[in-house]
Amino acid sequence: MNNLEYIKERFNQLPSVNDLNGLGVIRQKAFEALNNMGIPTTRHEEWKYTRIGSFFNKEYQYQANQSAVSAADLAAIRLPGYEQANELFYINGRYSAELSVIRSKGLTVQFLQEAARNEYKDIVSKHLGHSSNYLKDGINALSTAFVQDGLFVHVKKGQIVEHPIYIYNITDARQANVLAQPRTLVYVGENAQVKFVETFNTLGTQESFTNRVIEIVVEKDAITEYYKIQTDASHASQVATTHIQQIGKSSTHTVTVSLNSGLVRNNLNIVLDEQYCEAHLYGIYLQQGQSHIDNHTVVDHAKPNCESNELYKGMLDDQSTGVFNGKIFVRQDAQKTNAYQSNKNVLLSEGASVNTKPQLEIFADDVKCSHGCTIGQLDEESLFYLRSRGISESIARSLLLHGFAVDILEQIKLTPIREYVDKLISERLEFEFA
Amino acid sequence: MLSIKNLHANIDEKKILKGINLEIKPGEVHAIMGPNGSGKSTLASVLAGREHYEVTEGTVEFAGKDLLELSPEERAGEGLFLAFQYPVEIPGLSTTNFIKTAVNEVRKYRGEEALDAVAFLKLMKEKMAMVNIDQSLLSRSLNEGFSGGEKKRNEVFQMAMLQPKLAILDETDSGLDIDAIRIVANGVNKLRNKDNAVLVVTHYQRLLDYIVPDYVHVLYNGRIVKSGPKELAFELEEKGYDFIRDENKVEA
Repeated sequence: MNNLEYIKERFNQLPSVNDLNGLGVIRQKAFEALNNMGIPTTRHEEWKYTRIGSFFNKEYQYQANQSAVSAADLAAIRLPGYEQANELFYINGRYSAELSVIRSKGLTVQFLQEAARNEYKDIVSKHLGHSSNYLKDGINALSTAFVQDGLFVHVKKGQIVEHPIYIYNITDARQANVLAQPRTLVYVGENAQVKFVETFNTLGTQESFTNRVIEIVVEKDAITEYYKIQTDASHASQVATTHIQQIGKSSTHTVTVSLNSGLVRNNLNIVLDEQYCEAHLYGIYLQQGQSHIDNHTVVDHAKPNCESNELYKGMLDDQSTGVFNGKIFVRQDAQKTNAYQSNKNVLLSEGASVNTKPQLEIFADDVKCSHGCTIGQLDEESLFYLRSRGISESIARSLLLHGFAVDILEQIKLTPIREYVDKLISERLEFEFA
Repeated sequence: MLSIKNLHANIDEKKILKGINLEIKPGEVHAIMGPNGSGKSTLASVLAGREHYEVTEGTVEFAGKDLLELSPEERAGEGLFLAFQYPVEIPGLSTTNFIKTAVNEVRKYRGEEALDAVAFLKLMKEKMAMVNIDQSLLSRSLNEGFSGGEKKRNEVFQMAMLQPKLAILDETDSGLDIDAIRIVANGVNKLRNKDNAVLVVTHYQRLLDYIVPDYVHVLYNGRIVKSGPKELAFELEEKGYDFIRDENKVEA
């Protein structure tokens, strides 16, 4: 039987499927959407270069065995600075309250199914699934329909969360293939400040497919930083959706770092739903082997006087493939918008390729928008310049590529994380790209 | 030190150098002058090992080695240095980090230990004072946003750090005002000693007021057509390159 059919059959067995006070209504709607739209194929415009159908022809295990993840497993994947961080663990897509550590005041975390019934229920019902307004495909609906042990994160009004929040997505693929669907809704209250760092780790050698969705609501005057680091194994693939709704004049800053994994599709949507919002989106990707990276971003300028600034840079080697698709909407109402976008790629081998597509849809007349994309090779004159100073060709290449990445690295404001990512990139450049 | 014999080189099948002969000994300063398109920069490029130039005939021996067999980085290791006419801007690579890598790569080539942070800093301070370059420039990305004069000063600073046997200055004066030329030339002069040599490639005589050559060679149409003492440079400045053209027409 097709795996998707198998998944669908299990829908009625979900715990809260008929619970009309909790997640039931959202689930039902998403399940219908899933049935109508199915898993996107390459005929779907937004999935033209990224093929995920084959992931649904495999057999996966669904039940998480949380106790199987040992302290040693965790030690190997913890991020630097974790002693001073809030840590949220998801095992095979399900939030683990036992493993997670909350250190900060004003930070509340609850299972989504609980938050959907208690004092947070209005927030949950209003914002959960907002991403489906932008992602009209079955893969996003699949997540919403099958939320299990998702997480609700609430940052209190006025709270500066001093400890960063580290999110670990762990798939335990030691026994069988795993399909994981971690799901998170974050509400950042008025004038609050919070920083997130997220990573993905697959244990074992079986295949994993992660369909992760995080929706972040940012209130008036709040500031949110979000760093996503994708360094998973080559037998681990994912569709990772980050949907940010800036509903007050607020500021967000995201950096997406993709260094590894099999197939990675990132959806990053930022909706600027109030005047004077600011959004900064940065990304860096280094690909090799047969890996595939797809960054789809949407910045929706719905209101006037907002600013968005986007820069993604990529290096592709071997037979790796890349996709960048950056959409900017400037709605009729959104006068005085400033929107900038740029995507720069370096191809390091004959076999590597990238498809890049900026898409601006502007309905207002008093705006400043620019976009640009480049695809090139390493500059030969630069290479010769370094070599003429005695630097070997391989080190010269590493230095140039590292230099190419630096302006993105500098956007990681959390020092231990910036140093960690810099080290990962430097090691990759010296030992693997050289 | 450098011995060029009957050097012929092409770029894209086009003959640029048509039989260059040149001998440079330690302690000497040679100037190569010539009109645009005579092959001056090609000669500098071929010596430093820039790609896309095809040597079709002749030999170049440098410090007892067949220079043409060496990669650009090996040439630098052997003590050859090219000061670029247009130094490249490299965003994201700090000048200090670049120079440290270069110094240690060259040391490695010569079988010497890498300098540690303290020793490197000491060397850097000493050479900075020598060529009159500011620390703030060195902490910036390599040549990024540098003025023309700053770029050339940075070239001389790199030369000071790498201590080459032979420095080739490729039109180092181009685009510089007289004050900048003086600073750059002073730097080069301080680095001169009895064991190293300088090859100045230039269109104008002006730089040679400050870096005084022992020999001047006139390059025309891919060949050295005239060599002489430093006074030859003044003659060229006075009469222009036309007199070389006229002389060569007569010979032809």
